[in-house]
Amino acid sequence: MYRAILCALTASAAVAFAAGAAEAQAPKRGGTLNFSVVAEPPNYDCHGSTTFALIHPIAPHYSLLVKFDGKDYPKVVPDLAESWTVSPDGMTYTFKLRGGVKFHDGSPLTSADVKATYDRIIAPPQGVVSIRKAYYSDLGVETPDATTVVFKLKNPMAGVLEALASPYNCVYSAAKLKQNPRYPETEIFGSGPFTLVGHVKGTSWEGKRFDGYFQQGKPYLDGYKIFFVKSAAVVPGILGGQFDAEFRGRNPSERSQLLDKMKDNLAVYEGPWVTNLMLVFNTTRKPFEDVRVRQALSMAIDRWGGSEALSKISILKYVGGVMRPGYAMALPEADLVKLPGFAKDINKSREDARKLLEQAGIKDFKFKLLNRNVPEPYTPAGVYSIDQWRRIGVTAEHEQLETKLYQDRVASGDFDVAVEFQADFMDDPTAQFSKFLTKKTSPSGYSGHTDAKIDEMYEKQRRTIDVAERTKLVREMDRYALEKAYNVPLLWWQRIIVNHKKIKGWHMTPSHYLWQDLADVWLDQ
Amino acid sequence: MLWYVIRRLLLVIPTLLGVAIAVFFLIRVMPGDVVVVKLRADGAAVTDEAIQAERKRLGLDKPLHQQFTEYLIGLPQLDLGKSLWTGDSVVKEIALRIPVSFQIALMSTIIAVVIAIPLGTVSALYRDTWIDHSVRVLAVSGLAVPSFWLGMLIILALLSLFNWLPKIGYVSLWEDPITNLSVTIWPAISVGYRYAAVATRMMRSALLEVMREDYIRTARAKGVWTRLIMRRHALRNAMLPVVTVIGLEFAFLIGGLVVTEQVFNINGVGKLFVDATARGDFNLIQGLVLFIATIFIFVNLIVDLMYAWLDPRIRLS
Repeated sequence: MYRAILCALTASAAVAFAAGAAEAQAPKRGGTLNFSVVAEPPNYDCHGSTTFALIHPIAPHYSLLVKFDGKDYPKVVPDLAESWTVSPDGMTYTFKLRGGVKFHDGSPLTSADVKATYDRIIAPPQGVVSIRKAYYSDLGVETPDATTVVFKLKNPMAGVLEALASPYNCVYSAAKLKQNPRYPETEIFGSGPFTLVGHVKGTSWEGKRFDGYFQQGKPYLDGYKIFFVKSAAVVPGILGGQFDAEFRGRNPSERSQLLDKMKDNLAVYEGPWVTNLMLVFNTTRKPFEDVRVRQALSMAIDRWGGSEALSKISILKYVGGVMRPGYAMALPEADLVKLPGFAKDINKSREDARKLLEQAGIKDFKFKLLNRNVPEPYTPAGVYSIDQWRRIGVTAEHEQLETKLYQDRVASGDFDVAVEFQADFMDDPTAQFSKFLTKKTSPSGYSGHTDAKIDEMYEKQRRTIDVAERTKLVREMDRYALEKAYNVPLLWWQRIIVNHKKIKGWHMTPSHYLWQDLADVWLDQ
Repeated sequence: MLWYVIRRLLLVIPTLLGVAIAVFFLIRVMPGDVVVVKLRADGAAVTDEAIQAERKRLGLDKPLHQQFTEYLIGLPQLDLGKSLWTGDSVVKEIALRIPVSFQIALMSTIIAVVIAIPLGTVSALYRDTWIDHSVRVLAVSGLAVPSFWLGMLIILALLSLFNWLPKIGYVSLWEDPITNLSVTIWPAISVGYRYAAVATRMMRSALLEVMREDYIRTARAKGVWTRLIMRRHALRNAMLPVVTVIGLEFAFLIGGLVVTEQVFNINGVGKLFVDATARGDFNLIQGLVLFIATIFIFVNLIVDLMYAWLDPRIRLS
């Protein structure tokens, strides 16, 4: 498996090399990038959103303080900040802003705007929804002068830079926020590389180059146009020349369809995705409160074989624990295979699973597997799991519901086992472990367990600034979570992007939320 | 006639009020929370505090009776509230989608009428001949083939034969007629074929029935030309049930092109309905149900008025 990841990374490197070669050419200026997005943002407010449907159209209009580097993920690079320093105790982050940054109306962007933005995120005024408020609750913002922003931590916090590089932390105008703190919901007013031309609801989104953008000579594109289409319309749309790209991800079958017809005109990017499918056991229901039952169900699943088979028909591919395989803090494969459900000898694993069920006094075990009625990748994941459980004599009935109904059932704890997923814009453990915690600590702790130890481990790693020490803690927590099996990762997703080869300067990261400001993208035409 | 129309229009008010009340309470029985779908559907761990803040912002924290009162107060002013998903006015959301849905419904109706009336008539006149059999095969095929499937075939055919697909997005017919027609003609054909099949069968059976009537036999006995019999006596009477079918289908198409609109990426009322239902956007669903109910009421009224025009014996009183 890790060889597969290595191959994927090599493939990505090859693509990156090719992209690098392309970038050795001088970027060409001009042209409009047409691409599709398979969902539409409810409104325009980055701080109140959790969806790529907002990021893809809106990111090109805004700047961030710092951002993830698309060419070298997860490195954080400057955006509005020119440079920064961190105090030796890790409790103060001082950012120096670039000079001459302008909003789209030509007014200057200063530290006051960054402060107003973060104040809105940390302590949203009445009527404003800030989704990640809790994430930044330890931060206080100060502005000693117009080009300096200081973040002071009330408590030690790991991954501060990564948290500040969130693609949702669009920097808004302090003056406009003062007039109306809710203006970002309905109005685009940023300092990013593109200004808004128009949004035709249900149809399209259009942006044009902002000539006053702070990076000289960028953006290269004259503009971009997004078409909001259903996922099934992406392949016909690319084939029919309606647009040239889609930046979330396609499945293997769609990749093949496109390659069959447009082989010479496509660029294919493949690699791991910071998203996994997991099985959530409802520990408030018998017999899932018994760790032996949960372990047995996890051990019945051949993840390594599943990876081979499912990766050909779906976006499920990589075997990993709670942290993404390949990520620096993830469990090494040698450790992973010792944990229940991750052994490579599936026959032995299933034999042990049967014994565990016997010990737990379980016979003729039947339950319902709750799932979304979304074909990719939920249906294959559900079907595969059910088949694997059948091999240890367990019968599961697949109950697929519309997403809205599914979420209602999961949130209210009305399920036996559910197929859930974990996705965030970065790999940081503070984000990735949220669904593995108790309900008291995390509203997404759907398994309903009350094991405070995992919460303690989570809090401890969150407060550990030393990377080596934190990695140790995270791996320990990963092991503990997989042994307790309140939730168990099934497989991690593979991200497949198939774009027209004329699109240059775009780099695939493991997150579909990142590197979408299009400042570096150009068209080779 | 005028009093009849006025009375029918006045009846619209209690009818729509009944629909509004029923839909307000019925959709709230449905499980699912628009806020949870909006904030957690992408997998992010969103706190309950953020969920509650969004519910408060949307007014969903208010007691049901208060929400209902506000809704009722808004109705006479055509204020159907704001979409819980986008925050825009429901009227604006629906109005944006009406032109394209209306145009496709109208074009489908024209296609259906142009095909159904001559084919149904010919089929009835040449009953049990090869012409009749051919028309019946065509009509049964139209009924058997779902519109969205035909739509998918059309898309695949355009793609593989011409490597071309219609532009995404709607441009007004007056602004750019060629682009407009290149976008709307394909869904109109795929829906119009099924619609024509229904109307053809209705036309054929209605005409066969009329042709057996005594007054037709009398006219024939008197030696009146078949063409004259058809035009003066048979067709007008046979059109009565056909007009009903055409009217109801037209009303249905305004909001019922659910799958076809998705197949052709048409941003119409049907797609909006599906999205609103999937998200649990109560306010938008209420608005859409009221809009479609209004369309049905008015189309029924027009159909009734056409009855009187087609058959002078029918008195509207």
